[in-house]
This record gives sequence, structure tokens and C-alpha cells, in this order.
Amino acid sequence: MEIILFIITALIALASALMVITRKSPIASVLFLVLTFVCIAVLYVMLGAQFIAAMQIIVYAGAIMVLFLFVLMLLNLRGNQGWENISPARIGLGFAAAGLLLLVAVAWLKTAGSMEVAGLDPEMGTVSAFGDVLFQRFLLPFEIASVLLLGAIIGVVAMIKRKPLAELGEDKEGKVS
Amino acid sequence: MDWFIIIASMVKMLAVIAIVMGLATLLTWVERKQSAVMQDRLGANRADIFGLRIIGLFQPFADAIKMITKEDFVPPFANRFLHTLAPILAFAPVLFVFTVIPLGPPLEIAGRTVTGQIANINIGLLFIFAFGGLAVFGSVLAGWGSNNKYALIAGIRASSQMISYEVCLGLSLVGAIMIYGTLDMTEMVIGQSGHWFGWLPRWGLFMQPLAALLFLPAAIAENKRIPFDLPECESEILGYFVEYSGLRAGMFMFAEFVEIIFVAALFTVVFLGGWLVPWLAWDGFHFPWGGMWYLPIWIVKMLEFAAMFIKIAFMIYFMILIRWTLPRFRYDQLMRLGWKYLLPLAMLNLVVTGVVLVLLR
Repeated sequence: MEIILFIITALIALASALMVITRKSPIASVLFLVLTFVCIAVLYVMLGAQFIAAMQIIVYAGAIMVLFLFVLMLLNLRGNQGWENISPARIGLGFAAAGLLLLVAVAWLKTAGSMEVAGLDPEMGTVSAFGDVLFQRFLLPFEIASVLLLGAIIGVVAMIKRKPLAELGEDKEGKVS
Repeated sequence: MDWFIIIASMVKMLAVIAIVMGLATLLTWVERKQSAVMQDRLGANRADIFGLRIIGLFQPFADAIKMITKEDFVPPFANRFLHTLAPILAFAPVLFVFTVIPLGPPLEIAGRTVTGQIANINIGLLFIFAFGGLAVFGSVLAGWGSNNKYALIAGIRASSQMISYEVCLGLSLVGAIMIYGTLDMTEMVIGQSGHWFGWLPRWGLFMQPLAALLFLPAAIAENKRIPFDLPECESEILGYFVEYSGLRAGMFMFAEFVEIIFVAALFTVVFLGGWLVPWLAWDGFHFPWGGMWYLPIWIVKMLEFAAMFIKIAFMIYFMILIRWTLPRFRYDQLMRLGWKYLLPLAMLNLVVTGVVLVLLR
């Protein structure tokens, strides 16, 4: 029962991930990426990690992908970013990288031994269990990561606003600065 | 395989779909009738079956038949696939979220407890955020897939509005989550039982008044209804579904009505004590002046179901009242309200709630 669901979800995830990199239209790529994320969220639920699954959908599928879509729609790229711009050397390099990744994955799977999923604790992925781990055992890395993110946000704002604040918004020509 | 759980879930699914869809169908009529009442008109009262009118209650059926039989036109330059996908993406997530909203109290059947929601999952409210957040794809893709400049601009308006107000919506509910200490919505309602001073029910509205006040505008903005209906505004600057006709346009409209029910149900569960009736315990009423009125358990359960639906109906009515009362916000006012007033207030609410919770511990 569960293995059937797993196979279906995994196949959809793989197929849509393949579609992400083969579609010509960037909008279609984004939509397939959303489908991939939703499938991965289903896999998380099957592993008992409900909180991670919800976060996967809220943060990646719901927020970041909408932002991608937003930017792509403003750029108005209409499917002319085709294969013809890509040199054969780059395609060859891509295949080489994929081959290397496959090699590493096979080597890792061979050493992994049994493919059985160990008996999972059903309480492992709940919100309270997750919160316990995040705010007690890994409190310091968590706080450091949040400071890092804050720094990144401030950096982006500073880079956008190269001009002094006083000049912004006083552009009498009506040009967007 | 536990047949009891499977059958109970099936029954609950059918009941929820029947209730939600039926109520949404009825709302199309209620909204028109309410506008008529407020504008001193009679409103939709002509639809009849064999001369039977019942103040126009058959109007939704007439509307549905009209929607279905209209020409379903796809503009020749539109992206056919996205144009078809968009109404589905707008409608499906709104229906999904009812999985975790309890529409009634837990019942004891054959020695087992059956909760009022379809799935009793640990991440209840997060599930709502997750699928509520996906609804934005419907409006964005409708705008882009139609290949129409006005629709595209409206789609971008819709996405920026929904992203902006989603933040405030989430933060206003986090305060409530902190107080109840759970994400499961049945437990949230149970957490609101009891009274202060013996008479004031401990509902979320009284524990988190600011959060309730912030939640409602943010939720109406997510729902894209007046006064936040800039992405749609059918009559003036064209919405993201200009290029839709027939049943597909109907799906966008219907999704909006389902969303009204969803917002009303969520507000009821989080802030209005769900199915709880003031002073009603499991064995009957305990009045604050000392009186008692014992009731059998099945009457208590019936009262609780009735209370849930009365509260939901009141919230729906309130939202329709707002829709026909207020004018629309301008775009800059909309953004200013969301980012400069609602968001800082929601954060302030979080800080105050956190401090009070730590002090009380």
C-alpha cells in the first residue's frame, strides 16, 4: 500500500524535475518545480515528518516559487531562451557532471546496506519534537542562521539603494530610479 | 485496515463537501439579496420552479444552469493549458483546507472518539497556511495564461496583495497558537472552554482581541473581496479573469464564496470558541447566577453543532455586510495598510503575548 504510493509520488517527482530543466518556457519550469516540491512534501509525510512537509509547501512551493513567478512575469520571457544559445561543450560538461553524480549515488547506495526504512518513531516529526530539537539542542546554529539571513536581507536592501535616500523618490521626471 | 476509521472519514468527507458546496451555492443568492436590502431593492426573486418562488431561493440553480450552458471560450492567443489549469488551482486549495477545520464537536460513537474534522493531524493550522498559500497560483496563472495585458497586470496586483497580507494573516494567528499551545484545531477549541469570573467565556476573541482585529482584514484581503478587491474589480479596471467565460469564470467566483466560508469557519474556531456555547458543560447549562439546567448528552451535542453553524453564519453575514458597505482601497493605501499598520501591530501582538505568557508561567 505505502510502497505503491511511494513509487507513484517518486516517479512524478522525478519526471517533473526532469521537465524543470528541459522546458523552454521559464514559467513552465517554475510550475514543474512547484509540482516537484509538492511531491517531496508527500514523501516527507510518508516518513512521518509532518512539520517539514508543511514547511516545504509553505516556504518553497507557496512563497519562493510565487516570487519566481512574479519576477518571470515582469521580465516577460516568452519561450525564446532555447537550446540554440547553449554550446555543445556546455551540454557535454552537464552530462559529465550528471554522470559523476550518478557514480557517487551508486557508490553511496552500495555502502548503505539494507534499503529497509528503520522503524520510525511516529512522534519524531511532530511540531513539538521538532521544536524541542531546534530550540534546545541546536539553538546556537539556529540563532546564527537567523542572524546570517538578517545580514543578507540588509545587504540586499543596501545594494538596491545605492543612491542616498534623499535622492530616491524625488525624481521629478517620473523615472523609476 | 480499520474499517471504522475508513467509514467515519468517508462520511465526514461527504458531509463536509455537501455542507461547504451547498452553503457556497446559497451564498451566491445571499450576497445578491443582501445588496438589494441595503440598496432598497427587492433583489433576485424571479427564479421559480412551477410557479413556486420562495423569495428567489431557486436563483442559484438558475445561475448554475446559465454558467454551464454558456460558451466556454479560450482566447486564441492564450496558453491553453495554463488557461484551463488556473481555475482548478484557484478552487482546489480552498476546498483542501476544510480537511482540518472541525465543523462540530468530537462525538463518542461505539466507544470511539470521532473528531469533527476529516483529518486529525498534528500540523492542523500549518496545513491551512500551506494550502491557503497555494491559492495565489490560480490568480497569477489566470493573469499570465490569458495573454492579455490587463489580465497580466491584475494577476501581478493579485500576487503582490496576497503575498503581502499572507504575512500578516500568519503572524496574527501565531499569537493564538502561542496561547493554545497546539496546532490541532479541535484542541484549540477545547483550549477555549471555561470562563473568567464565572461568566465571560475564555474565547480567543477575549484572549487575543488585537489578533482577531488584525486577522479579519488580512483574511478578507487574501479573499480579494471589497475593500481589497483590486485584483478583481470587475466593473472598473478589469480583473485577472477577464478572458474567462462560462464554467471557468464560475469556478473563480465559486472559489471566492467557498473562501468566505473558510474564513468564517477559521475565525469561529480560533477566536469564537468553535462549537462552545457559553455556560454549557457536558451535562447542561451552569448559569453564572447559580442556576442549573440539566440536559441529556445528545441535546448538548445538537446545541454545540447549532452554535458552530450560527457563529459561522454570523461571520459570513458580517463579511457580506462589509462587502456592500465599504469603498475600495487605492493600491498605495492597500500596501501601506498591510505593511505599515497591520504587520507592525501583528508583531507587537506577538511580543506582548510572549511576555505575558512568560510572566504568567
